Amino acid sequence: MASSFPEEVLEHVFSFIQSDADRNSISMVCKSWYEIERWCRRRIFVGNCYAVSPRMVIRRFPDVRSIELKGKPHFADFNLVPEGWGGYVDPWISAMAMAYPWLEEIRLKRMVVTDESLELIAKSFKNFKALVLSSCEGFSTDGLAAIAANCRNLRELDLRESDVDDLSGHWLSHFPDTYTSLVSLDISCLGSEMSFTALERLVGRCPNLRSLRLNRTVPIEKLANLLRQAPQLVELGTGAYSAELRPEVFSNLAGALSGCKELKSLSGFWEAVPAYLPAVYSICPGLTSLNLSYAAIQSPHLIKLLSHCPKLQRLWVLDYIEDVGLEALAASCKDLRELRVFPSDPFVAEPNVSLTEQGLVSVSGGCPKLHSVLYFCRQMSNAALTTIARNRPNFTCFRLCIIEPRTPDYLTLGPLDAGFGAIVEHCKDLRRLSVSGLLTDRAFEYIGTYAKKLEMLSLAFAGDSDLGLHHVLSGCENLRKLEIRDCPFGDKALLANAAKLETMRSLWMSSCMVSYGACKLLGQKMPRLNVEVIDERGPPDTRPESCPVEKLYIYRSVAGPRFDMPGFVWTMDEDSSALRLS
Amino acid sequence: MEKEGLGLEITELRLGLPGGGQEIRNEKKRVFSEIIGGDGRDVEASGDRKSQTTSKNQVVGWPPVCSYRRKNSFNNNEKVYVKVSMDGAPFLRKIDLSMHKGYSDLAIALEELFGCFGMGEGLKDTDSCEFAPIYEDKDGDWMLVGDVPWEMFVESCKRLRIMKKSDAMGFGLEPKSFLLKGTLKNETK
Repeated sequence: MASSFPEEVLEHVFSFIQSDADRNSISMVCKSWYEIERWCRRRIFVGNCYAVSPRMVIRRFPDVRSIELKGKPHFADFNLVPEGWGGYVDPWISAMAMAYPWLEEIRLKRMVVTDESLELIAKSFKNFKALVLSSCEGFSTDGLAAIAANCRNLRELDLRESDVDDLSGHWLSHFPDTYTSLVSLDISCLGSEMSFTALERLVGRCPNLRSLRLNRTVPIEKLANLLRQAPQLVELGTGAYSAELRPEVFSNLAGALSGCKELKSLSGFWEAVPAYLPAVYSICPGLTSLNLSYAAIQSPHLIKLLSHCPKLQRLWVLDYIEDVGLEALAASCKDLRELRVFPSDPFVAEPNVSLTEQGLVSVSGGCPKLHSVLYFCRQMSNAALTTIARNRPNFTCFRLCIIEPRTPDYLTLGPLDAGFGAIVEHCKDLRRLSVSGLLTDRAFEYIGTYAKKLEMLSLAFAGDSDLGLHHVLSGCENLRKLEIRDCPFGDKALLANAAKLETMRSLWMSSCMVSYGACKLLGQKMPRLNVEVIDERGPPDTRPESCPVEKLYIYRSVAGPRFDMPGFVWTMDEDSSALRLS
Repeated sequence: MEKEGLGLEITELRLGLPGGGQEIRNEKKRVFSEIIGGDGRDVEASGDRKSQTTSKNQVVGWPPVCSYRRKNSFNNNEKVYVKVSMDGAPFLRKIDLSMHKGYSDLAIALEELFGCFGMGEGLKDTDSCEFAPIYEDKDGDWMLVGDVPWEMFVESCKRLRIMKKSDAMGFGLEPKSFLLKGTLKNETK
């Protein structure tokens, strides 16, 4: 059957199939489909850069145009992964520089990038179009200068939330005057002032610019100038959004904004002051995405603003919005799909704002399309969670963070097991869940029983015993990523469910009760898992085998143990001894 | 559902902070609010804060707010504008202390503001600069810049003055190491 179609036809058919899962399925039909598919796969996603080696990827897929790599575990965002752990992109860039001269896109998340790599990218890929560095680190504005100077066809430069060694704003001036292809620029994470003239000229000569996210050094007075150069913008991230109220500045800004008829997304608003918020009112009716999470604006102003945004689909905001603001949101924004409420003062146990579980109840009741929530608050009840679950069974992502660990239901003073049980029972499409508050093993029994589509689960300060972990590992069939901190889970559940770990991308456990001995055993039993012990107290074999390890990161890999581990990481190898190659 | 402790405890009279005596919370509770200054970081800098519930960063990575967001919000960016006077200058200036990362950064900014170059170097080597920066703290005392950790300085500094060293002849103005790569040592103590 394979010979009845010429390869070109099959290749043409395959070109309509973009999803990785479908492409993987195609490649398993037969040998010749495998061969045809691998030659025409253009886009690769590697969810864990250590799961496979660059050489293996290049060997199988010789003509890749777009690659996405993820490095450090998610908990690195919360400083739980020590500095120097790994996630280096250099070996990948070096290998691809030789193998993929036509590479167009590189997307990295939580990886360590160097200026040398950026220079290599700038030199090696003649048709380079997109560089997205999300939560990356290790590079400076010198590397960016190389990209700006050399990548003639660059369309997208996005540095979101990266930690850049910001030597000066001068790098922006390295875009040559002949360069006009910019479509998307996100430099919001940079701290240095840039030459405003250079920025203005860049924006002015790039007619396809759709997305511009500035850094806070661009003052509000200058924003109007940029907007008049780019009225076609779809996404705007402002710089500092504060100044003393001056009528001519305000009206200039409001006028410029009203000229941006395509604007759908607003962000930035660093140090925002309420006086300048009304400047955006003219474009609010078309707004679908609003990120005010860096703006310390109180609820009355937020309510007023949101009342102008009937088409809002995504809102990120601080808890200054309070219950009353969320109630107003539920009334004004019926198209809301995603809500994130961040804490304004997370390190204080006492509430500084009037935001409780009620806000989430209101939104879940009033917004029929709401499916993704991240909510920080200080109190919760089973009753509220059950109401939320019944109101909104279409949740796909539910992340609740009750700020004080092990907080019980404030009405009954009991655990929140039943509430989260209701969430997983009613929300049958739930793919991502973060739980908090006082939870017993019963909560995990519910999760294991009902959360069949769950792919990512985050746990902290929860559970009573290994039974909790066992429920999750044995019940959640689609679990890919599990991250746990400060839970009383030990060896038994882990060893009993060892095989499950090969079906997942990764497991992170820190400040739990998994012993060094169990880690060694797991490493021996499961050759296709990398079992890495992270312990800053020194080599684990200087302590008894029963001693719990500080942190544990287990991930499946076809590349074997990695060779770039720092001194505080040990891989548990098949040779029943802690192996650290360096 | 078990009703642990829901019964009579509520009616018992106890000594203690209101709301603080819930028996439900067992020993595991200790991990968060009862750990004070656990990692020793910036404990002095937050010494002005009164209540034990307001110490920052007691448990690493909790609440789970990502480090980018932590760095860019949480009142870390409240502007701290202070007046700066310089002996002999006809008018004062203002600078935002929160914009600077440390003493060496500040020294550079002050030099640029007043053109009194060499102050940074001058504090390393007493003779090479005729100026010394001093500040008025919350108690109204005039202090030499550089003795305390940077964060503590930012919190307590009310105004700055760039003083001619000749006005302070005889007073120990030995340079602290603070200007050397930002490290701070109390050498003369």
